[in-house]
Amino acid sequence: MPKKSITIALAGNPNSGKSTIFNNLTGTRQKVGNWPGVTVEKKEGHLKTNGYDLAVVDLPGTYSLTAYSIEEIVARNFILDEKPDVVVDIIDASNLERNLYLATQLRELDTKVIFVLNMADLARERGVKIDADKLSELLDVPVVFTVGNRNQGTRELLKMIISVAEAEIDLPRTRRVYYGKDIEKAVGELSEFIREKTSAELPYHIRWAAIKLLENDGIVKERILQSANPQGEAILQEAKLKRQRLRDFFDEEPEIVMTDHRYGFIAGIVKEVVKTVSRQRVDVSRQIDQVLTNRLLGLPIFVFFIWAMFQLTFSLGAYPMDWIDAGVGWLGEGAGRILPEGLFADLIVDGVIAGVGSVAIFLPNILILFFCIALFEDTGYMARAAFLMDKVMHLIGLHGKSFIPMLMGFGCNAPAIMATRTLESEKDRILTILINPLMSCAARLPVYILLAGAFFGAKAGNVIFSIYALGIVLAISIGRLFRSTLLRGKVAPFVMELPPYRVPMFKGLVIHMWDRSKIFLKKIGGVILIGSVIVWFLSAFPKQVQFSRDYQAEIAGISDHYGSLISAAHGDLRETLLRKRDEAISALEILQATEKVEKSYIGRLGKVLAPVFAPIGMDWRGSVAVLTGFVAKEIVVSTMGVLYAVGADEDEKSEALKVALKESGMTPLSAYAMMAFVLIYVPCLATVAVIRRETNSWKWAAFSIAYSTVLAWVVAFVIYQGGKAIGLVQSSPSLCI
Amino acid sequence: MDLSELKEGQTATVVRVGGDGPFRRRLLEMGFLRGTEVYIEKYAPLRDPIELILKGYHVSLRVDEAARIEVENVRG
Repeated sequence: MPKKSITIALAGNPNSGKSTIFNNLTGTRQKVGNWPGVTVEKKEGHLKTNGYDLAVVDLPGTYSLTAYSIEEIVARNFILDEKPDVVVDIIDASNLERNLYLATQLRELDTKVIFVLNMADLARERGVKIDADKLSELLDVPVVFTVGNRNQGTRELLKMIISVAEAEIDLPRTRRVYYGKDIEKAVGELSEFIREKTSAELPYHIRWAAIKLLENDGIVKERILQSANPQGEAILQEAKLKRQRLRDFFDEEPEIVMTDHRYGFIAGIVKEVVKTVSRQRVDVSRQIDQVLTNRLLGLPIFVFFIWAMFQLTFSLGAYPMDWIDAGVGWLGEGAGRILPEGLFADLIVDGVIAGVGSVAIFLPNILILFFCIALFEDTGYMARAAFLMDKVMHLIGLHGKSFIPMLMGFGCNAPAIMATRTLESEKDRILTILINPLMSCAARLPVYILLAGAFFGAKAGNVIFSIYALGIVLAISIGRLFRSTLLRGKVAPFVMELPPYRVPMFKGLVIHMWDRSKIFLKKIGGVILIGSVIVWFLSAFPKQVQFSRDYQAEIAGISDHYGSLISAAHGDLRETLLRKRDEAISALEILQATEKVEKSYIGRLGKVLAPVFAPIGMDWRGSVAVLTGFVAKEIVVSTMGVLYAVGADEDEKSEALKVALKESGMTPLSAYAMMAFVLIYVPCLATVAVIRRETNSWKWAAFSIAYSTVLAWVVAFVIYQGGKAIGLVQSSPSLCI
Repeated sequence: MDLSELKEGQTATVVRVGGDGPFRRRLLEMGFLRGTEVYIEKYAPLRDPIELILKGYHVSLRVDEAARIEVENVRG
């Protein structure tokens, strides 16, 4: 009976070309998500061939299968628990020895394994020839050659997968690592002990379980305890005893001795299968690094690349951004015209289209940014960037790889936080995510431009720069603080491979870019949609407001008053009167709109919160503005436009709004305090949604909101009250920063 | 001698990896075993980390991490 559906797990070292093979196998029919419970990316693809339905699961790239990192645990658990029909191990042929370390561990799991020798062409160029038949014979595993980036060997691999999946192979196999007399004896005895103690099925093959127990593997210990109850305790006790004895004997941890033996076993195989031709060709990758990580040129070139990335993202992205902006406007107008006037139309136009549109506009930026990041990753430059910047990031208690996400934060925090996936250590990732919103994103700039422009005149540029600097200083201090309290622990060791440079494949880059952008669109779209509707509801309701004046009547009165004058007037006078009438009406309308917001739920909320904001120099209007800024920070500006009675269409360049702000009693000091508050307080809705997603926990998302808001208040308080105390209260724009 | 004391372009043989638990194990799994030859390719522009070549591949380590690797037979 042929099996019709086959599950394949792709395993392999990082940089072994695994994702290229995955792309070759599955094409674009991929599903990207997370492994349950962790934030490790899970890629799954499907293909049909010869009547078979193949599900290909891309395991995280790992060097080993110890329980050292989440990636390793995820990979191992998938093979053990989900029992894929075939495990395909992608081996970088030009780096055989280290890649075989994972291979020997996969063999020990006693599943059906195929070895794929990838990039054998590169190996041959380096003068390394591998005898595949010999390797296959020595390890009793089928071996296939592929050249991933030229899509060679994919068909052979597929054929092999099917034949291995269908074949009846006796497991366990015999050709396995021999750990030396003493350890083998302990493994044998412990296996026997486990067999005696447990009648029920163990989740693992017994020899493997014994080996892992001797290696003191936490996860296996826990599983044994659960499944072998009530004998689990006894088994662990026995294992501990044996471990102790081995440690005394070797004067070394048993797992270290076993690692030694595995490499010893590998060295034996390598000696048999590899023929090194002494014709050493020029190592191109090394020569590129002579320049790119050069002591003098390395950093300037890095800075240039980053600059180029931002240029591309924001100047090239500006065009499609305008199109989307226009499209959203057009859509809103169209919907407004088609839909019958009323609540539903308001909800669609002001709530849904405006809200979702304000986020969709970032899509071009995100696509370009992710394309650049994919380019850095797929060429191998990302590892060099981490190599160059590690010393700097280490000062904050972070890994060199954290630099890129931090830098991206100046553009937009949402994709920046998604970029933290390149970090291996969970703690590093969370820390980077938490301090990322302190990198002042582009959406906050309009707020600074408005306030600094209104209150600091010619010094606006310096003032805005100081706000950015404040963010960086805070990120460093908060980073250090969290590292020494909440996320205590050593910075992840910097054992990072610097893989050879590779020419990226366009298809791979696009898949890479699209996978991440899709997440942004899907998930953020949902949350943003809900959030926008909520804010719209709070500011549009209650629908019936008890106004302090009868605006309609007053407007009608003005119309009447001017109406008769206008009909009697001619020429210039008529024009003047018409203008005056419109001005008077729109002034009243704005007053009405302001009063309406004041009496809406969000206005009432602002008034309730006003005492909280008073010590930092903000009145209720400021409070409402920052509340609405939670959806997206640039909304702060348009809300202030409404509240300071100049209309909602105001942007940061509006002179009227600047004048209104100055007349409202705001001072340069309170403006500066407000800028600092806007810099620091709750990241926008999109960012919170991404934090939730990337940390896989509402707890961290809530923590991020809480800590940033408290910090924002404290900093603004210090600025405002401190400034007042030293006498910076005058409202003239002469305040020096 | 510690690996971190070597200069660019020097080669040495690993004697022992010090340090504790997972870090030490990771280094061993990456191939820093007794008898393995390690070549110092270069120091980063800010003098930390170090780029090394062992078993035919390039890897980087921080200086204080390299300080935990004891080496002998320094040459080059």
